[in-house]
Amino acid sequence: MKTLNMARYRRRKLVDRIMRSMTVVATLLALIPLFLILGYIVIQGASAISWHFLSTDYKVPELSLDGSASDVGGIRYAIIGTLLIAGTATLIALPIGLLAGIYLSEYGKGRFASFVRFATDVLSGSPSIIAGVVVYIVLVKTTKEKYAFYGSVALALLMIPIIVRTTEEILKLVPQTVREAAVALGVPQWKAILTVVLPAATGGILTGIMLAFARAAGETAPLIVTVFVSNSVEYNVFGSMGSLPMYIYRTLDELTSPEQYKVLWGAAFVLTALVLVVNILVRVATRRRV
Amino acid sequence: MAQFRIAEQTTWIRRLKQKTQHGDSVFRLLTLAFAGVVIGLVVMIGLVIWNGSAEARQYVGFDFLFVDAWNPVQGREEFGALAAVYGTLMTSLIALVLAGPIGVFVGVFLAELCPLQLRTPLSFLVELLAAIPSVIYGLWGALVLGPFLLDTINKPLAERFGSSLQFLADPKPKNLLVAGIILGIMILPTIASITRDVLTVVPNHQREAMLALGATRWETIWKSVLPYSKAGIIGGVMLGLGRALGETLAATMVIGNRMAISSPVKPAQTAASLIANQLPNANSDLHGSALILVALVLFGITLLLNAIARLLVWRVSRGPAGAIH
Amino acid sequence: MAMTEASVSAQPEAAKTGSQLEIKNLNAYYGPKLAVRDVTMTIHPNEITALIGPSGCGKSTLLRCLNRMHEAILGARAEGTVLLDGEDIYAQDIDATLVRRRVGMVFQLPTPLRTRSVYENIAIGLRLGGIKNKRTLDEIVERSLRQAALWDEVKDKLQQSGLALSGGQQQRLCIARAIAIEPDVLLMDEPCSALDPVATFRIEELMIELKKQFTIVIVTHNMQQAARVSDRTGVFMVERHDEKSVGELVEYAPTGQIFTTPQDHRTEEYITGRVG
Repeated sequence: MKTLNMARYRRRKLVDRIMRSMTVVATLLALIPLFLILGYIVIQGASAISWHFLSTDYKVPELSLDGSASDVGGIRYAIIGTLLIAGTATLIALPIGLLAGIYLSEYGKGRFASFVRFATDVLSGSPSIIAGVVVYIVLVKTTKEKYAFYGSVALALLMIPIIVRTTEEILKLVPQTVREAAVALGVPQWKAILTVVLPAATGGILTGIMLAFARAAGETAPLIVTVFVSNSVEYNVFGSMGSLPMYIYRTLDELTSPEQYKVLWGAAFVLTALVLVVNILVRVATRRRV
Repeated sequence: MAQFRIAEQTTWIRRLKQKTQHGDSVFRLLTLAFAGVVIGLVVMIGLVIWNGSAEARQYVGFDFLFVDAWNPVQGREEFGALAAVYGTLMTSLIALVLAGPIGVFVGVFLAELCPLQLRTPLSFLVELLAAIPSVIYGLWGALVLGPFLLDTINKPLAERFGSSLQFLADPKPKNLLVAGIILGIMILPTIASITRDVLTVVPNHQREAMLALGATRWETIWKSVLPYSKAGIIGGVMLGLGRALGETLAATMVIGNRMAISSPVKPAQTAASLIANQLPNANSDLHGSALILVALVLFGITLLLNAIARLLVWRVSRGPAGAIH
Repeated sequence: MAMTEASVSAQPEAAKTGSQLEIKNLNAYYGPKLAVRDVTMTIHPNEITALIGPSGCGKSTLLRCLNRMHEAILGARAEGTVLLDGEDIYAQDIDATLVRRRVGMVFQLPTPLRTRSVYENIAIGLRLGGIKNKRTLDEIVERSLRQAALWDEVKDKLQQSGLALSGGQQQRLCIARAIAIEPDVLLMDEPCSALDPVATFRIEELMIELKKQFTIVIVTHNMQQAARVSDRTGVFMVERHDEKSVGELVEYAPTGQIFTTPQDHRTEEYITGRVG
């Protein structure tokens, strides 16, 4: 009556082995692009890196007599621009993200809190160009200007959900007993949060801010519609400004000489290094702490 | 005297309590206000895009999704964005077909089968994929992947079958297919890590129950673990889809930006790349408004996808009702 | 006799009897940590053998070694010999999935598969074995549910989720699921610890009924339960070895003897409530 047999058992074993190896294959397959992309950037980009490359600004290429283009300059202005735009965005996003995160972790229980969480999800899930479009409508169209600051505002929209989420999650990791101990000593709750809970979570919150900064530094789409690109070093955020992603995006369309090609990969190397180093540092730091 | 002291003390405590309660409510209100700002921002985004697209909505209405005619030249404006809709759906579909199964399998490997020592480093590597800026993906796609696919696959295919199979003929280095593949790589970490996360909350007894019946590891995963977390995995795939639909820069850099309903090996356009390309130098308010209308549709779709996906993921991590934990 | 799926289905149903388990020098580890040390005992066919002892004494670990479920925990492994009707389940060429089809298991918490109906919970194990015929499936599902004394309560709810049942019913569903594939041995890991006294009583009745067909090994922290249902009892204790605490079998004898005239002073102290 029972129809168990060896053939069926062997087939089951085979399916098991095949499917398990497929998951391994899938994982390797997923990592191939990572290594290919990083490999390309390192091989093509690292050779472009020099002090000259990092410390000079854009130069209009002059064609020399033998046809090869001369020095195309460096990317100092773009590095400074990236840091300034992303830094300003961090300053805008920080208070909102931090306080909203504190609200969610310390008080957030009711329906309002779940609305806030949903809004956070919507912000983090909506396309980055949307942030650009909104800032374009509200600021660019009304002032008829494209300041670096507008780009920062758009980037801040993308950073807020990251900061809210990490702040909430990190604060929730602080044991309830710490809060209770502080309140039992007669410290009011708000003071307990600011002087006991927050300091206990500083490291974690900092990593969240750094991750958000890295995301903003690599983001380009909103800048396309909100910021005029400058080819020289600018420190005034209420003006035009260059940035690494914009530099890469624009240069790709105007590739003419091998020198530019090299510089392009060099810029990609610097940007990727900036973003990945932050990510890796954050990972190492949080693992040691937890 | 003693009584007076107690009275003094109680008023002192009461005053302190009042004071701190006051401080508490002020602080609470402050954080609440900023939490409200987050909701306000979302509402503002919706309203701003809605108003900004008013002109275009009156001019073309929502028909614009189904008409293939895009002409921003003043006086002869036509705004039928069907080509962008097509490009968006096609690239996202390619991305989903590639990244969906692979991402779920990666998640299964990380959560169920991977040796413990490898789990953290492998997860980290997969997540690094999500950290790479999209402009870098675009650059790599445009300079490396696009030309590579053209030379090794598309051109030989075109030479051999191009005369009979029209859609393979005359391939270009920037095209729909490359955009789809790049988007696939970009959304893979989203799908993989959400799958991993929803699998890790599956209670262990659901695995042991299957194993004890003499099921193999894969049968346990396939018949018990995956059904248990199905909703969450679908949610993860939807979040990935949302990312693919809205990804702007990488798509813009590799898709070729031609407003045409074309074969997968030819340049095309996505909704997001259309906005990125044309909004910075819109010809007129109407043109700008039409692009904002595209943004409105994009925002609406990703909002919906997010809502459904979050609901699914959230339901799974809570577990089915009535369960013994 | 080679352990193949064919031998699993060898006995005709009417003559169904349990198997004998000989455990020889079994050591169980969690990673580098030794959890159970050097257990040797023989589980007799068609008897109920109870494993008792204080928590952490390794009785559940030993139980899980008997159908190689122990190694399903990451980093866990076992060394030694367990002879199932003379055949070593820890031999090199023996596959754990085959062992588990001959040695079934019921867990501490009722573990119906949450995504399956009552019917499917039982049919799923049969389908793994290749039974596809709907009539045959129906028959075995009904027979198993009757054996588990659950049929009358669930015959109208077969398509509902297993979670719709009460805790005691869920546990009997799990017993039905385990016996549907007709194992030779049934392992029960504190099957009543999550249940109320009425449900516990029903499960105990059921066990006595089931031992006609199966060899049953039950881990329990409840000494009265061991005394009520079991034929033999093994007592486990936590002992110190090389500065580490390790679970050991200190006495194994017919249940009556364990509870009236224990030979080991540790057993006596335990059953009179002086330790554990």
